[in-house]
Amino acid sequence: MAMTIHVDIVSAEEQIFSGLAEMVYAPAVMGEVGIAPRHTPLISPLKPGEVRLDLGNGKEEFFFISGGILEVQPHVVTILSDTAIRADDLDEAAAIEAKKRAEAALADQHSDIDIARARAEIAAAAAQIAAIQKLKIRR
Amino acid sequence: MAGAKEIRTKIKSVQNTAKITKAMQMVAASKMRRAQDRMQAARPYAEKIRKVVGHLGSSHPEYKHPFLIERPIRKVGLIAITTDRGLCGGLNINLFKKVLNQLDEWDKQGVKFEAVTIGSKGLNFFKRLGMKIIAEASHLGDRPEITDIIGSVQVMLKSYESGDIDAIYLIGNNFVNTMTQQVKMRQLVPVVASRDENLKHHWDYIYEPDSKEVLDSLLDRYIESLVYTAVVENVACEMAARMVAMKSATDNAGDLIKELQLIYNKERQSAITQEISEIVGGAAAV
Repeated sequence: MAMTIHVDIVSAEEQIFSGLAEMVYAPAVMGEVGIAPRHTPLISPLKPGEVRLDLGNGKEEFFFISGGILEVQPHVVTILSDTAIRADDLDEAAAIEAKKRAEAALADQHSDIDIARARAEIAAAAAQIAAIQKLKIRR
Repeated sequence: MAGAKEIRTKIKSVQNTAKITKAMQMVAASKMRRAQDRMQAARPYAEKIRKVVGHLGSSHPEYKHPFLIERPIRKVGLIAITTDRGLCGGLNINLFKKVLNQLDEWDKQGVKFEAVTIGSKGLNFFKRLGMKIIAEASHLGDRPEITDIIGSVQVMLKSYESGDIDAIYLIGNNFVNTMTQQVKMRQLVPVVASRDENLKHHWDYIYEPDSKEVLDSLLDRYIESLVYTAVVENVACEMAARMVAMKSATDNAGDLIKELQLIYNKERQSAITQEISEIVGGAAAV
């Protein structure tokens, strides 16, 4: 039997593939790379593209990934795949949107932090709960 | 029998409420199972990326990423994960209590703070508190996606990179089991890389194109994955807490109905007794 290497393809939301392969092809940012068993440790971001696994006996598997990170150790290849297309400007846009939402939500904010008042409110709520529980026991 | 009719309507309304809480309990139970599945599904990625970051911690890249460098703390950022909806027992309240204690402590140390909130309950709480909220994400639903939180996390990371804040903490609920959820706070940045003790010899990766670019994208994703898993876990906590809360509400409604039924029967009995004695009295008079 030919030499194999363990491959894990995972995304933040689920596991996509886990198993053995004879050869792994992945779209690294510097160009497509082919990883054979006992490859030297390597780590590289991936471009959106196709990951191809050579499973031996002429069998192949294809996965489309929208970018991610490739980590290679002599006997394990890990592909951390993104679930969405990532780019600096897109991330930036998402960040600006999150900020805007917060600002909109805070439009009528008063400035100073009043921990004491919030604590008093929580204490009142806790007292209410305690009272209700006491009532329950009495019944 | 004026009182009896009132009691009957009361029983009816409690029964209706019990029906609703019972339905909510069952919905929460099935949603909790699905949330737990998603928690499991997110685990492999989180573990893998933690391992890779751990490797990086034990190797010696020539470039030190800002996320790995500790600096004196003057201002901290807090990412608070809460639910969007209520009726889930003390889940959010417990978290807020812990947050308040922490804020108090920071206040005493002269450390300033600002927050990013995930979930509308947290947004309202911090808003009322008057705390500075620099970004928020809410109404993520029962199936949060990583794209929903990227923006908020990026805001925090950017303000860390620019030196505005010196540490980022994440606070959320930990799913212990259906009955128990624990509030947990942990430090996100500077990254506390768990060193892999099994690695005897030091080896390093080939970084392609260079260590800076690789570390940048890796650490961003690492932190996002930590936040994402916490968000997913919080959904499971929410559903579990709601299920338990609704179960006890349904039980309470049952008790209430039993009591009301007893009062109703007594009332009815005494009305009948009174009627009989009136008839007997009337007959005796004739």
